[in-house]
Amino acid sequence: MEFLLAPWPWYVSGPIVGATMALLLLFGKSLGLSSNFRIVCSACGAGKKNDFFNFNWKNESWNLVFAIGCILGGYISMEYLGGDHLAGISKATQEHLAQLGITSDSHYVLPTELFSKDAIFSFKGISMLSIGGFLIGFGSRYAGGCTSGHAISGLSNLQLPSLIAVIGYFIGGLIMTWLILPFIL
Amino acid sequence: MKPIRTIIYLILGVFFGIALSKGEAISWFRIQEMFRFESFHMYGFIGSAIVIGALCIQVIKIFQIKDFDGKDIVLADKQKSTWRYLLGGIAFGLGWALVGGCTAPLFILMGYGEYSMVIVFVFALLGTFSYGIFRNRLPH
Repeated sequence: MEFLLAPWPWYVSGPIVGATMALLLLFGKSLGLSSNFRIVCSACGAGKKNDFFNFNWKNESWNLVFAIGCILGGYISMEYLGGDHLAGISKATQEHLAQLGITSDSHYVLPTELFSKDAIFSFKGISMLSIGGFLIGFGSRYAGGCTSGHAISGLSNLQLPSLIAVIGYFIGGLIMTWLILPFIL
Repeated sequence: MKPIRTIIYLILGVFFGIALSKGEAISWFRIQEMFRFESFHMYGFIGSAIVIGALCIQVIKIFQIKDFDGKDIVLADKQKSTWRYLLGGIAFGLGWALVGGCTAPLFILMGYGEYSMVIVFVFALLGTFSYGIFRNRLPH
């Protein structure tokens, strides 16, 4: 039980993620969470406005169930499996973040400076979340998948397009982390 | 969808959600650390998921294992292109690092009670909708 409550090392949690993807294949499905954005758009009637959303989303509703499972999984981790307490990050990153004004305890999932109630309703907070969310939704559909669809499913199946997508993720992530975030934090 | 299947997909989702949260992949701090190359943690996490996933896929292919409905498991090849993956990937990466989480963590964090992710979710829907609208004008 102690082991379940402590943060899990990567060599335990990573393989579980790989195995979940393989199990999904045995149930005739493939892992990819970002498809849910398209499904929700379609379910909300976007198909009337645009052909891209005009598909029978009910055939894909298993993916919504899977996403609801993820939400439940988060709730279970929070309430029963040790909660919001992680192993924490390297000293180097901590020091760098402190220079940018992020001094929150890195044993929690999100820094309060950016994600607390006060922070998200400030101009900076709401801009970060909305622009970030928009880019995630736009970029994942443009690239045909997110981290689960390309980095895990696609690379596991040795797909060159997925490698290009993952390289793209890193180019974008590095530009944001090294060039943009230091100015806006 | 049969009720039993619905429960199975739900349980698999719960499993995935727990693995990602206990493995710290939902941590804003870990994502910053990953893009700064200051720890092996996230690389180990994603790397080991890929290694196990690739091994399972090879076993499925070699032994031509069928799914639980008795159908062939078809792993469709991703459509060939460079621009859409590169440009779409860059847009996604910018968002990933800005919010400190990708798609799955967004859902998992909502379960954590992090309501800021509801805003991210709504704007992700808007982003996906915009892609649908502008799709024909974007290089693919």
